[in-house]
Amino acid sequence: MPKADYQLVIIGGGPAGLTAGLYAARARLKTVLLERGALGGQVLTCDWVDNYPGFAEGVSGFDLSDKMAAHASRFGLETKICEITSLDLRGDVKTIHLDDGERLTAQAVIICTGGSPGKLGVPGELEFAGKGVSYCATCDGPFYQGQEVAVVGGGNTAIQEALHLNKFASKVTVIHRRQELRATKIVQEKAMASPLIDFLLDTRVQAITGGANGVTGILLEDKSGSRSTLAVTGVFIFIGVTPNNQLLPLTDLETDEYGFIVTDTEMKTSLPGVFAAGDIRSKSFRQIVNAAGEGATAELSAEHYLARLA
Amino acid sequence: MASDKVQHISDGEFESKILKGALPCLVDFWAPWCGPCKAIAPVIDELAAEFEGKVQIVKMNVDDNPATPGKYGIRAIPTLILFKGGEVVDQITGAVGKSQLTALLNKAT
Repeated sequence: MPKADYQLVIIGGGPAGLTAGLYAARARLKTVLLERGALGGQVLTCDWVDNYPGFAEGVSGFDLSDKMAAHASRFGLETKICEITSLDLRGDVKTIHLDDGERLTAQAVIICTGGSPGKLGVPGELEFAGKGVSYCATCDGPFYQGQEVAVVGGGNTAIQEALHLNKFASKVTVIHRRQELRATKIVQEKAMASPLIDFLLDTRVQAITGGANGVTGILLEDKSGSRSTLAVTGVFIFIGVTPNNQLLPLTDLETDEYGFIVTDTEMKTSLPGVFAAGDIRSKSFRQIVNAAGEGATAELSAEHYLARLA
Repeated sequence: MASDKVQHISDGEFESKILKGALPCLVDFWAPWCGPCKAIAPVIDELAAEFEGKVQIVKMNVDDNPATPGKYGIRAIPTLILFKGGEVVDQITGAVGKSQLTALLNKAT
């Protein structure tokens, strides 16, 4: 068996990584989970999670993260808060360089680096980030007490977060580029029932405008090409995820056209001994429960791989 | 998650401790309901130790202290503002990695 510091290194501590870590700890693999921030991943920024099985009353993203981390640590999972500077995933021994100069080696790696909020790519978006443009309603919603805000997007996250903003803002306008929302029906029904939430469908954001004090409005264009301005002080953008692949050796790993990692149904990537799970994977649906399930599959695949190395 | 390793300051202490403090100061504006604030808390703790004696790192809970965040136009958290000699040197909004925060802190030294 090739010599390495760890049998398994898990990169990323969201639901996929923590579930892989839970399984690895129970399998008594010598494992470390590397995380650059806090355990929980994107779930930490979710206001409320109503679709994770077992939590019949729902659970806050914050609490769900804590519980997942506590669950893995109960079985002794080692975690390390650090940033990775580079990775070499080719060969039998994988090498991971950390920002503190440390170098870790592993026989197998599970990549669970997840995703980050997608950007609209319109003028004003970067300029007004933190000054009216936000990607986290849980974080920034309370700053918009009594103000009018816009939510961009039509998926579950967008509509769920619009409902959260409803608690603070005097009016929430949901702007979606298609005629139909993609969010789950029960979430849509709640939003439609709110007198404070309006919908502008078949409408695209062209620009975010403002001044020294931050955002003052957004420039919109509907399907017919007619333009209008909506006066808002906040723009909350939830239009899917972009892959956190900046540190991954993309020349060695097969990815899709958007940069997500391609795996088979057992979470194997194009490199032997390298697995991927969660939002970083190329797939159609990104749910917390999917990420957790894929984390379990990836760990079991890694166990199988390690057994054959022995 | 509140950290014990970093001092928490209030609106009332802001002028004496930050604007008129002896050292440059990084203020982490946070709130207990903010996930990304929790995400950067362990890194803030580490940096507070690493920059001890060079940059003072403190936290301000924006729920309990609305005046200072209002004065600096904060509409998103976490926001980290670096002060030197009572002036804003630079700021970062959102949860970023340790390397970016280190680069911010180095602007004060």
